Amino acid sequence: MSPAPADRSAVNPVLLGSLGKGTRAEIVGLDESRVHTPLKSGELERRLIEMGLVEGAHVEVLHEGFPRRDPIAVRVNDHTVALRRAEADAVLVVALTTMSAV
Amino acid sequence: MSEDRKSPPRVALVGNPNSGKTALFNAMTGARQKVANYAGVTVEKKEGLFVSPAGTRVRVMDLPGTYSLRARSPDEEVTRDVVLGRMEGEEVPDAVVFVADATNLRLNLRLALELKKLGRPIILALNMMDAAEKQGLKVDPAELSAELGMPVVPTIAIQTGGIQTLLDQIDRTIQVAELEGWSHNRAECGWSEPSSHDLRDYHREVERVLARAIHSHARPHTATQHLDKVLLMPGIGLPILLAVLFLTFQAVFTWARVPMELLDAGITLLKEGVDLTLPDGPLKSLVIDGIIAGVGSVIIFLPQILVLFFFIQMLEDTGYMARAAFLLDKLMGGVGLHGRAFIPLLSSFACAVPGIMAARTIENRADRIATIMIAPLMTCSARLPVYTLLIAAFIPERPVLGGWINLPGLVMFALYAAGILSGLLVALVMKRTVLKGAREPLLMQLPAYRLPRPRNVALGLLERGQAFLVRAGTTIFTLMVVVWALGSFPAPPDGALEPAIRYSIAGAIGHALEPLLAPIGFNWQIALALVPGMAAREVAVGVLGTIYALSGNGDALRSSLATALAHSWSLPTALSLLAWYVFAPQCLATLSVVRRELNSRFWPLVMFVFLTGLAYGAAFVTYRVAVSVLGG
Repeated sequence: MSPAPADRSAVNPVLLGSLGKGTRAEIVGLDESRVHTPLKSGELERRLIEMGLVEGAHVEVLHEGFPRRDPIAVRVNDHTVALRRAEADAVLVVALTTMSAV
Repeated sequence: MSEDRKSPPRVALVGNPNSGKTALFNAMTGARQKVANYAGVTVEKKEGLFVSPAGTRVRVMDLPGTYSLRARSPDEEVTRDVVLGRMEGEEVPDAVVFVADATNLRLNLRLALELKKLGRPIILALNMMDAAEKQGLKVDPAELSAELGMPVVPTIAIQTGGIQTLLDQIDRTIQVAELEGWSHNRAECGWSEPSSHDLRDYHREVERVLARAIHSHARPHTATQHLDKVLLMPGIGLPILLAVLFLTFQAVFTWARVPMELLDAGITLLKEGVDLTLPDGPLKSLVIDGIIAGVGSVIIFLPQILVLFFFIQMLEDTGYMARAAFLLDKLMGGVGLHGRAFIPLLSSFACAVPGIMAARTIENRADRIATIMIAPLMTCSARLPVYTLLIAAFIPERPVLGGWINLPGLVMFALYAAGILSGLLVALVMKRTVLKGAREPLLMQLPAYRLPRPRNVALGLLERGQAFLVRAGTTIFTLMVVVWALGSFPAPPDGALEPAIRYSIAGAIGHALEPLLAPIGFNWQIALALVPGMAAREVAVGVLGTIYALSGNGDALRSSLATALAHSWSLPTALSLLAWYVFAPQCLATLSVVRRELNSRFWPLVMFVFLTGLAYGAAFVTYRVAVSVLGG
C-alpha cells in the first residue's frame, strides 16, 4: 500500500488513455462512467482491478499499437497488460516522471 | 454421495492464464489424459490420472484459466461451476490446487484469496519457481503459507522431480479432508460474486501478505522487454507478424504435402483391398464410395491441421499470440472484429471446423458470432482440389506482370483475396447491423516470452489430432453415409445409359435445382455434383468424374477430367463455378460445428442462407459479365 503523498493530491488526475509512450504514472482512481462499453455497469471496473489496475499501482506505457497509437501495452507493477485507450480512460492517474526526462 | 468412496479422489487445477497450469497438468499426468466435453457446453474438459507417492490413484482436472470466479466466458463459467460444485454430472473436487505464476504473485494471489472462500481444501503451487528465482524473487513459503492459511509448495513443472513436493502435499491434503469428512458439509462455501469493493479488499490483503512473505520481488523479465521493443513496434512488428503468418501458411501446404500423398495412397490401397474382398453390391458401394471415400476425404486434411496447430501451439507457448492480438486489434477493429479473432480466421485456411472451434477464446458472444460467420469465407484447403481442377482446365499458363507470376497463380491468389475481402466486408456489415454494440474490451496480459517445451507441444498436438479424428469418425461419418445413400438410391433401372447417380435422389435434387442454377451458367452435371459436394467440397470433383464417365484416381482423374471439362463447359461457366466456390456453404461439417458451438439452430441457418445468397450473387455477376465480355 502506498498512501497518496500530499504533494500529489494537488495535481489534477489525467486519464491513462491519454498518456504517451514512456510516461510513468500512479493510479489514483477508477471511473468507468465516461467509457462506452457493452459490459454491464461495474463490470469494467472489476475487470480492471482483476488485471492489477487498482489505486496505488504504478503504471508505465511501454508500447503503442497501430494505427492511432492504439491499443497500448502498460506495465502494471510487475506485469504487462494490453488494453485499448478507450477503456484505459476509466483509469485516473497522476503522472510521476517521463522516461525521456531521465 | 456414499460414505465409502469407490471413485478415486479428484483434484482441480485452477489458475490465471499463463500460469503454466497446463505444463503442470502434463507433468502430473503425462500422456494419461483425455479430452472430452462437459455435458451441455462445448468447453473442453481435460482430465488425467496420476498415482500419488502414497499409492493413491488421483484424478486431476485442468480447468480453463481465469482471473476470477466471476465467469466472463463459457470457459470461465466451467471453472466456476466445477469448483463450486454446480456443474451437472461433475462431482465436487476433493481439493483445489491453485497454480500461481511465481514471477507474478501480486496479480495471481488475488484469485487464491477468492478460492479460499469456497471453504475447500486448497494448495498453492508456486509455479515457475526456477524462472522467478532467476529474476531475483526471494520468497518464504512457510511465511506465505501462514499468512494465506493454505499449504504452499514451490513447483517447476518443466523439470523432472519438480512436482514431487506437490504430489506429497496432495496426499496429505486428501487424507486430512477424508478424516474430517468436509465434503459432506457444503454449507461452508462462503463465496459470492465479489463487488469492486471486495476486489479492492482482496488486493490490499495480497499486498499485506506479500509484504511479509516476500523479501525481494522478481524483476521484470529482461529478454521479454528487449524482444517487445522490436516485436511490438508497429513499423517492425507488423511486417514480422505478416512474415510469421506467411511462413505458417506456407508450411501448412508444403510440409503437409508428403504425408497427405501417403494418406491418399493408403486410402486408395484400402479401397482396392475392399474392392477385391467384398462381393459387388450395396454393401461394397457403402464401404468404398460412402465410408472410405467420404471419411477419407476429410481425414486427408489431418497433416495440414497438425502442421497448423503446431504453429499455433508454438505461438501460444512462446507468448507471441498475445502480441499478435495486440498488433492486430486496431486493424481488425476497423471492421468490428476483436484482436483475438485472427487465430480462428487463420485456422480456417486449413479447415473451418477447427477455426470455428478456436473462436471459443472470444468472450463476447456478438464478437464470437461475427468471427464464426466469416470463418468459412477464408478459403479452406478442401476448396483447393476444385480450384486446381478448374484452373487447370480453363486458365492458360501465361506469364503476367512481366513474368513474375503466371496467370493460374494470379487467379488462385484472386480467389483467396476475394474470400478474405468479402469476409471483412461481411463482418463490417454484421457489426453495423445485427450484431451491433461496442466491442468487448481487450484487457489482456502480455506474458513473458518462454521457450516452448517439446513435451507440451507434442501433447497439445496429440489432443488436437484426436479431437479432429473423433469428429471425422462420428458426425462426419454419419453425414457421409447419408450423402452416399442419397447418391445411390434408388438404383438405376436395367440397361440404364446414363451414370447411376442420375437416377438417384441426389440426381433428382440436382435436376430440380437445374432451372434455379441455369441463370448462373450451371448445367445439370454441376447441379448434381453440388449435392454430394455438401458432404465435403472436394467430393464434387469425384462426382464430376463419375458423371463424365471417367475412371482413375487423384491426379490421373484430375488431368483427364480437366480435358473433358475444357471441351464441354464454356469459360463463363467455369468462372461462375469458381466464384460460387469462394462463397458457397458447401460443407455440412462446418454447419454442424456452428450449430454445436453456438448451441443454436438459428445461426447455422443464417450462415447457410447468407453464404448461398453471396455465392449465387457472385456467380451470377461473374457469369453475366463473362458472357458479355467473352460471349456465351
